[in-house]
This record gives sequence, C-alpha cells and structure tokens, in this order.
Amino acid sequence: MAVDVASEWLNSCSGCEIAILNLGETLLDLLPQINFVHIPVLMDHKHLGQLGDQEHIDIPKATVGLLSGGIRNEEHLEVALEMRKKCDILIALGTCATHGGIPALINSYTNEELFDRYYSTESTDPGAKVPTKGISPLLDRCYALDEKIDVDIYLPGCPPHPDHIAAAILALLNGETPELPFKSTCDTCPTKRMGKGDVKGIKRAVECPEFDPEKPIDEMRCLLEQGYLCMGPVTRAGCAGANGDAPRCISARVPCRGCYGPVQQDGNQLLDMLNALVSNGIDISDLPDRANLLRFSGAHNRLVAKKGK
Amino acid sequence: MGKTINIQPLSRIEGHASIEIKLGEDGNVEDAITHFNSIRGFEKYVEGKPAEEVTRIVTRICGICPWHHHMSSVKAVDACFGAEVAPAGHLLRECMQNMAHINDKILHFYFLAAPDFVMGPDADYSVRNVMGIANAAPDLAKQVIRMRQKAQMMMEKFAGKVIHPIAGVPGGFSKPMNESQRQEMIADTKELLEFAKFSMKYAKEEIFPKYLDLVTTLGTITTGFIGTVDEEGSLNFYDGKIRLMKADGTAEDFDDTDYLDYIAEHTVDVSYGKYPYAKSWNEGFSMDLDAPKGIYRSNCLARINCCDQIPTPLAQKELEEFRKSFGRPVQHTLLYHWARLIELVYSCEKTLELLNNPAITDPVTRYDVTPKAGRGVGHVEAPRGTLIHDYTTDDNGCITSANLIVGTTHNLAPISMSVKQAANMLIQNGQVDETIINKVEMAVRAYDP
Ligand code: SF4
Ligand code: SF4
Ligand code: SF4
Ligand SMILES: [Fe+2]
Repeated sequence: MAVDVASEWLNSCSGCEIAILNLGETLLDLLPQINFVHIPVLMDHKHLGQLGDQEHIDIPKATVGLLSGGIRNEEHLEVALEMRKKCDILIALGTCATHGGIPALINSYTNEELFDRYYSTESTDPGAKVPTKGISPLLDRCYALDEKIDVDIYLPGCPPHPDHIAAAILALLNGETPELPFKSTCDTCPTKRMGKGDVKGIKRAVECPEFDPEKPIDEMRCLLEQGYLCMGPVTRAGCAGANGDAPRCISARVPCRGCYGPVQQDGNQLLDMLNALVSNGIDISDLPDRANLLRFSGAHNRLVAKKGK
Repeated sequence: MGKTINIQPLSRIEGHASIEIKLGEDGNVEDAITHFNSIRGFEKYVEGKPAEEVTRIVTRICGICPWHHHMSSVKAVDACFGAEVAPAGHLLRECMQNMAHINDKILHFYFLAAPDFVMGPDADYSVRNVMGIANAAPDLAKQVIRMRQKAQMMMEKFAGKVIHPIAGVPGGFSKPMNESQRQEMIADTKELLEFAKFSMKYAKEEIFPKYLDLVTTLGTITTGFIGTVDEEGSLNFYDGKIRLMKADGTAEDFDDTDYLDYIAEHTVDVSYGKYPYAKSWNEGFSMDLDAPKGIYRSNCLARINCCDQIPTPLAQKELEEFRKSFGRPVQHTLLYHWARLIELVYSCEKTLELLNNPAITDPVTRYDVTPKAGRGVGHVEAPRGTLIHDYTTDDNGCITSANLIVGTTHNLAPISMSVKQAANMLIQNGQVDETIINKVEMAVRAYDP
C-alpha cells in the first residue's frame, strides 16, 4: 500500500524540494510506495479547487506532510494550519521550517524598514507604494513552524542532505520514527585537530586556508584552528550525509556557517559560538556583525527588531 | 458582477504566484491579474554583513538557481574590493555556472513543463506530472532522472555543495580541480551532451509538431528582450555586455555597471514583486496588450533573440534552424521551450570547452583579497534572465547598500500580459474547465518563473 504524502512550501526558496529530487534514482525506487496527493512544485492540485471557485484552502488528507519554509504571511499560516489538520505526521523540512533559516534575518527589522528599503532602491520608480490587492499581508516577522503549529519531525539543513530525507521517508514507510543524531558538524569532520595553537583573533574568509589540494580533507588542519570562524562546533551534524563524507563546506575548503541550525533544537548558535571562542581565549572584538551567527536560526525570537526607531 | 476564478497556487513553477480571472456578466474575461506573492527583503538584511559572507547568503533567494546568485554576488564583491581574480578561479566559476544551466534546463523541460506535452494539456491533474510520466513512459523518465542527477552530482562532488554553493569566493574559487576530476567531468558532460542532442531531437519530432497551433498562439505578446553577449555579439552566460533589444530587433549594448540608466522597476498594487522595464526607451511602463510600453522579456528565448550567434557548433546549427523557421526576434511565448533546449545543447558544449582548457586545473584558484570600501555590480545570465547584484561597501568591507534585479522579475510584466492574452483567448461565454485553466498556466510555465 502506498503512503499518501502532501508537500507544501511557505517562505522558502525551493531548495528543499530540489533536495528531494536529488534523491535521484532512490526517489524512483521509492515512488511506488509514495502517493503524492499535493505538491505544487510537481503537481497541479490547487488550494481553492481545480476550477478556482472555492473560498478556503483545502489540501487532501495525507499520512505524511512535508513542509518547507518558515511562516511569514497570512497565507503561509493558513496553509500551515491546513497541512497540520490534514497530515498525520508533519515533517518540518529544512532550516527555514525548523529555525527560520536565512529569510528570518528579516527579524532584525520591522516590516516598515523592509518596505522602506525594498520600494525605494536605486532602480525603483519614485513614489512606489506598498501593494495591497490580492496579496497576502505580512505577519510581524518570520516564524519557524513550531511557533505556530505542532511539528512531529525536525529535518534541518539548508537544504537537508538527500540521505536524511531518504532515511526519514524510509523509516516512516516502515512505521518507525526517524531520528537525526544530536551531534555537531565537527563530530563528522575529518580535518586534523592539533590543539588550540596560537589562534588569537578571527580571520575573515577573504584569504585561502592552508591545505594541499592533492591531499584529502583529513590532511587539512581544522579551519577553526587555522583561525577562521567555523561554526561546526555549534551546528547540528547532517550535511555530510550517510556515507562518511566530510561536511559539505569543509570539503570545498571553506568554513561552516551553520546551515543545519543549532545542535540541540533549542540551542543558540550565537551564544554557543561566542562561548566556544572566548573559552579558547580567542579575541572576538573584531568579529563583524555578530547577528550573522544567527543567520540560519533567527526565528524563535533570537533575532528581534531594534525598538524605538 | 460575474464570477472570479482564483488559480492558486500556480503549480509546476518555482515560486509563489496566483492568477485571478474576473469574468463579466457575459462570461467573458474582464480582467486577468497575476499576483506575485513573495517578498523576503534580501536587499535589507544583507546590510551590515561582511560582503564576502553575502555571497553565501543571497544563494537562498532561489534553490533552483543558487549558483547564479552566488556568481553575480561574488563578482560584485570582487568589484567592491577591487580584487584580482585568479585566472583558474574565473574558469572554474564559469564552468560551474554553465553546468548549473544544464541541470536547470533538464529540470524545467522534463519535470515542470513536459507533463503538459507528454501527458497532454487536458490530462487529469493527478497524472499530468512527472510521476505520471514515470508510469506512462518509464524508460524516458528513468533516463531523465538519471541525467539530471548526473548533472547535479558532478557539481556536488567537486564543489562540495550544489544547492546553495559556497565554492565561489572573492578573488576566485575555493579549491582547484585536479586532472582526474577534470577527466571524470568531461566524461559526464559528454554523456549530458548526448542527452541534450536527444532532447532536442525528441522535442522537434514528438512534441512541437503536435502542438504547433498552441505554440504559435498561446500567450503570444509583442515585447523587447534582454540578454548577455560577448564582444562578438555571441551568447554568453557568465560575462559580457547586456543587450537590450526592442521588438523591432534594434538593440543597444551596455556595461552592467550602467544598468540604472537602462532599467527601472515599476511597482503595482497587486504584487509584492517589482516589474522591471526599459527606462532608456523613454516611453514609460504599460502592460496594455495592444500597445505595451517599456516591456521586454528575459530568459532563454530572450537570449536566443539577442545574440547574433552561438559560439559552439551544435547549438549554432540549432539556432540557424530556429531562425529559419521563426525569424528574429521570435515573439511566440511557447517557443521558450524550444529556445531552452538550444541552450541545453549550448551549456553542455560550453562546459566541455571550459573543461578542455588545461588551464582549468591550475592549482592557484584564489587570490587573497582585502575588504574595503567600494561599489561593485556583478551580473550573469541566470536561467531566468539577466541577474544583477549591486553592492556598496564601507571601509570594513561590510555592505552599506544592496540592490538586486533578479532574472525572473524581468518577466513579471510579460507573464502578466501572457496570462491575460491566454485568458482572453480561451475563456468565452463563461465556459471554463480544467483544461482551459491549465492552458492559461502553460503560458506562465513557458517562462519558467
Ligand atoms: S532551508 Fe534552505 S533550501 Fe530549504 S527552503 Fe530554506 S533556504 Fe531554501
Ligand atoms: S571547526 Fe570546522 S573545520 Fe574544524 S572540525 Fe569543526 S567543522 Fe571541521
Ligand atoms: S558545513 Fe555547515 S554550513 Fe556547510 S553545509 Fe554543512 S552545516 Fe551547512
Ligand atoms: Fe531561480
């Protein structure tokens, strides 16, 4: 018996859906066991009836719901509530859904500040007004899903590794609950750790770390030990996939920026990282724009607009 | 008042949009409005961020074309910092960016658009999709999935992360390509080129002839076009001058740094998205179907119209055949699909050309750069059109102001017009069914927004 699956995207970029497609032939193998009932990126099932003549959003019942993106406007909220109502098991897919993701960077600003800039850029016609007709009004900020609805399974990652999407779907097909371990990205990183060394301050990612391109990652020294900000210690493991690869950014020889969100669902990547640095005697006074360390997890009131502007 | 049809959400497209069709008492279309319902505010929240970090943030504008945002951004930051770029760094960036075009075109043609043609515009929605194709034509589906996967995975394997890439860095590329990686990618790209040739042939024999009526009528409007060309006027995705062509085929070329003199963005009350138009034509903005003003289109058909030739042999042959059949510039909206396949052939050929250049394996791929104050404009051709990132930095190399013109947005006004044209053409006397609604959406899908 195939399992009914519904999928929706909210304040998202479609990368999570492409990650599903990146299952490739695994997806083809899974297809006989999956019956998509609603997935706008691939299928023309509509919210308001196939003839567009209904009043309220209606998504078919499904055993599994995949929901990507955070909640930023009233329509997102309506779709999220409908998905919750219709899906037995709801998966928050991707870091936008679990922690707000990059779009939650907007939480440092008010909607007015957003509109003021967006509708007055150098290329925008003067006198532009904020649109009002037939579009969904913004909420006050960008929310992670669990701030508005109950979530059954968290699958962070920007985007999540296809191995984990496959593992989660397979577990659910077998009636099990999928579990991503609460490990850090460093725990899956093969780079050489040689101890603190003499790192005093933090270098920006504008110079080339030391490595021999002919040699594998496990012969490169840890980027944090080389003095670069690497968020591996405070970021949940997962991006390396299930086959023992290196974390994705590390394999490209650039530092981690934390796209899997905090190691624990309610962790704070900014505080945890600053603590890690300070406790290693590293001077953080030169670190530009600290809010940047919350760039993937700015929902849950982590990033807030400055008051009194 | 007649009734209103709300097509929501538009499906088998990348973004969030809906169509509102208002019928009059007589059942004919009074108005058809396309709403673009997304605003995230990247222009705002990259402010204050170190510019080199922004190259890893703006990728999230789009999970389908993150490589192109990454590249425009890296080029803009190079310019802000006055950075010198390692030659192999440029080659690797260009190679990856062309590869990203390959899988994008496979995705769009087969996964998003093909169901309308392979299953038919009137097939039931439950089978008019790639899952339906997998059942009806399993061998084709298997091949398509395998090829798209190959195109994605060769990038991921080399560059670490294919969705939301990180390997482009100011001053170059984060890691070199060694000889065995180069050979492996050449072999993969050759296979993709064969698949591109097959796709072109398959579409020309099995798809376009069957739907010629629809292809030459649905969503057709008359507009100008935008695309990037090199010094010879040849198609180029990575660099060159921006060419803005009028509907009569006359064109002007300009440097991306001058874009503000040529393009402006109009706002409308029905969309969060802004609608770019040709400011340099000095005629204002109007979406009137009979007398549009300032309207031009982007994406593959636009590039194919703008370029004088394509610098790779097989794609050039396809271009000649295309022009012989349809002229230049071509206005039929559904011919975007045909142009997309020509570009699929081109992107494979171009990728091979870049991989065949031994300089691409130079171990020096990246020069160190120094953050500083400046202004930089970077642009590339994203699948959906000319993509411009414009940054200003302070002394510390942090962003003080950012302006973005995203590929798809050039087509927001044209899409709205094509939708209206299609609705007018298809809906009469209150007769509406699922096939008609899908055909209206097909006009949108051609643009691959
Ligand atoms: S988590 Fe990342 S890939 Fe997924 S929707 Fe958000 S930005 Fe896109
Ligand atoms: S800090 Fe970065 S480079 Fe070092 S072990 Fe952790 S993830 Fe790897
Ligand atoms: S290394 Fe860090 S930023 Fe890069 S993909 Fe992995 S979790 Fe995300
Ligand atoms: Fe895109």
